[in-house]
Amino acid sequence: MFLSFFYLLRSRGLDVTPDEWMTLLEGLSHGLHQSSLTGFYQLCRAVLVKSEADFDRFDQVFLEFFRDVPWNGDLPEELLNWLNRPSETLGRTLEELMQAGFSQESAEALLKLLEERLKEQTAEHNGGSYWVGTQGRSPFGNSGWHPDGIRIGGQGLYRTAMMVAGERRFRDFRKDNTLDTRQFQMAFRLLRQLSSQAEGSETVLDVEGTIHETCENGGLLKIQKTHPRKNTVKVILLMDSGGSMEYYAGLCSRLFQAAQKSNHFKELHTYYFHNCVYSEVYTSPALRWNAAVPTEQLLRDFDSAYKVILVGDAAMSPYELRERHYDWTRRTYGPSGLEWLERLRKQYPYLVWLNPEPMPERPDYWGQTHWQLGHLLPMYDLSAEGLEQAMKRLMSRRA
Amino acid sequence: MNKTFSGTGQYVASSELMSAVNIAVTLEKPLLVKGEPGTGKTMLAQAVAQALGKQLIIWNVKSTTKAQDGLYVYDVVQRLYDSQFGAHGVDDIARYIKLGKLGEAFQSPEQVVLLIDEIDKADLEFPNDLLWELDQMEFYIPETRETIRAKQRPIVIITSNAEKELPDAFLRRCIFHYIEFPGQEQMERILRVHFDHLEEDLLRQAMAAFYWLRELRGIDKKPSTSELVDWLRALAAGGVKPSRIQKEFPFAGVLLKKDKDLRTLRDAR
Repeated sequence: MFLSFFYLLRSRGLDVTPDEWMTLLEGLSHGLHQSSLTGFYQLCRAVLVKSEADFDRFDQVFLEFFRDVPWNGDLPEELLNWLNRPSETLGRTLEELMQAGFSQESAEALLKLLEERLKEQTAEHNGGSYWVGTQGRSPFGNSGWHPDGIRIGGQGLYRTAMMVAGERRFRDFRKDNTLDTRQFQMAFRLLRQLSSQAEGSETVLDVEGTIHETCENGGLLKIQKTHPRKNTVKVILLMDSGGSMEYYAGLCSRLFQAAQKSNHFKELHTYYFHNCVYSEVYTSPALRWNAAVPTEQLLRDFDSAYKVILVGDAAMSPYELRERHYDWTRRTYGPSGLEWLERLRKQYPYLVWLNPEPMPERPDYWGQTHWQLGHLLPMYDLSAEGLEQAMKRLMSRRA
Repeated sequence: MNKTFSGTGQYVASSELMSAVNIAVTLEKPLLVKGEPGTGKTMLAQAVAQALGKQLIIWNVKSTTKAQDGLYVYDVVQRLYDSQFGAHGVDDIARYIKLGKLGEAFQSPEQVVLLIDEIDKADLEFPNDLLWELDQMEFYIPETRETIRAKQRPIVIITSNAEKELPDAFLRRCIFHYIEFPGQEQMERILRVHFDHLEEDLLRQAMAAFYWLRELRGIDKKPSTSELVDWLRALAAGGVKPSRIQKEFPFAGVLLKKDKDLRTLRDAR
């Protein structure tokens, strides 16, 4: 009965590992659940859930699993029995897990086993009479989920686990992230250029210098200190905003956050453009005229030591890229997008384009520009892996 | 180990927090505490140490902190200087090994409470570098070929402001608790711990204003418990009439630290 809770948690997207499960069982055998469902809920959550973002999901799964357990007063006998006699069910579960977790099988095989079990388990759940009621709804769906029975008359002095779970206080913390910022951050870390020129009061022992100075000093020790080497990478981030990029807004904002949080860059400048870089870039994603910065100025202000990361899907009408661009403020035709990109490419030897959309097999209408730019500039997929490749590219001069 | 934590005279803990602490203590796992700034994450460790009658060792993590700093530091420079003049005991490397906070906690003959404060301030790799040490409660000093093993497994409490995401492998080894912002009832209990006697009317008016302010849209940095305590102190010291609080919002600068937020407040009234 109990192990299926583990699989249910996993099938609902909570990444509980056997190790954590073992910890929970250990906690149970220490009596940390205090023989109450509330205590059990608290124990489960503290041990199994590691982010407040997942609390809501956990609450839902807990409700789903223990919904038919009466909430008033004590635990039902069946559950109590099982909790109090760890020798039976619990012991067996423990043994099972021990066998699964500590056998000679490699970690991969174990994972595979888990995955298979997982599949079986969901199939069974969905078929059961209890689960039918929840079918068709998104498991993480709207707030109208509270089973009424739990709420009514439950406003006692102490709150039961069901009530706590039913309240869903943590709904706001949810974020269904697939790629988390940490992966991006790890990739950004590849981007470093260490130099001891950096300012700062921190010092480390300069072994070479000390030996030299000591020799000069007739063998009397003379300690030399030096600044530790710091990252001197300067980055310009140019992001496509609006239009077809709306679809990738979440992904881009995560990339942006990761870049912001990677505080090891010496400088990071972010600008926005729409479709392609023209005579102006913008300091805010809304692309208002009062946030505009002439691209000329950008080229003047930042020398070729800067590393440039362009983010965009490169999907636009061919004329938007190739035709001369009409400049509404000056009422003349300015250089085309392609010319601007050429200028960027010439000035910045370290430049990459990150594209959230994979390169098309064959250029279709919207893919033409993607195709063309992909051959003009080093273009990478906007994924953790693509980003890593792009960062490596940025560290070496263009071939 | 039989003692359980149930808050102290100075620290009001919710039942969930209490059980999280007790779970972590019993299972001998580090307790990771997250929550809004000003919800008493750091105070928790002090309260736990006090309640269980243990010594508290605090390791303040900064952006430049390395995992190594918590274990030990080998003072090469001092040793070099000493060797110049043949000072006594230069041969003894152990004299130049200084244990860090983690090492100190391991060496203590009694069980201690170790607070690793604001772990997310440090480098991304920092938590990963401590996995083995926190798991096995031991580390090796190559210079002296010595293994420092915990005499008594310390109770480890780790706080995080969620500035950086922590690695999965690290999270898996922790017991996790998220300190929610206290509700009105809980807040009243907390305030009564901080103030011996408070005018009932003043308290009620200030709380109402405080929670209204927190719900206000467009406030960037929401005021927290510690700011409310300061504000109440200011109100009491200034002899502000309770009826004026909602109307005039005196000393708003104590609650709000940003110009923009103060402007938002002005506009909202």
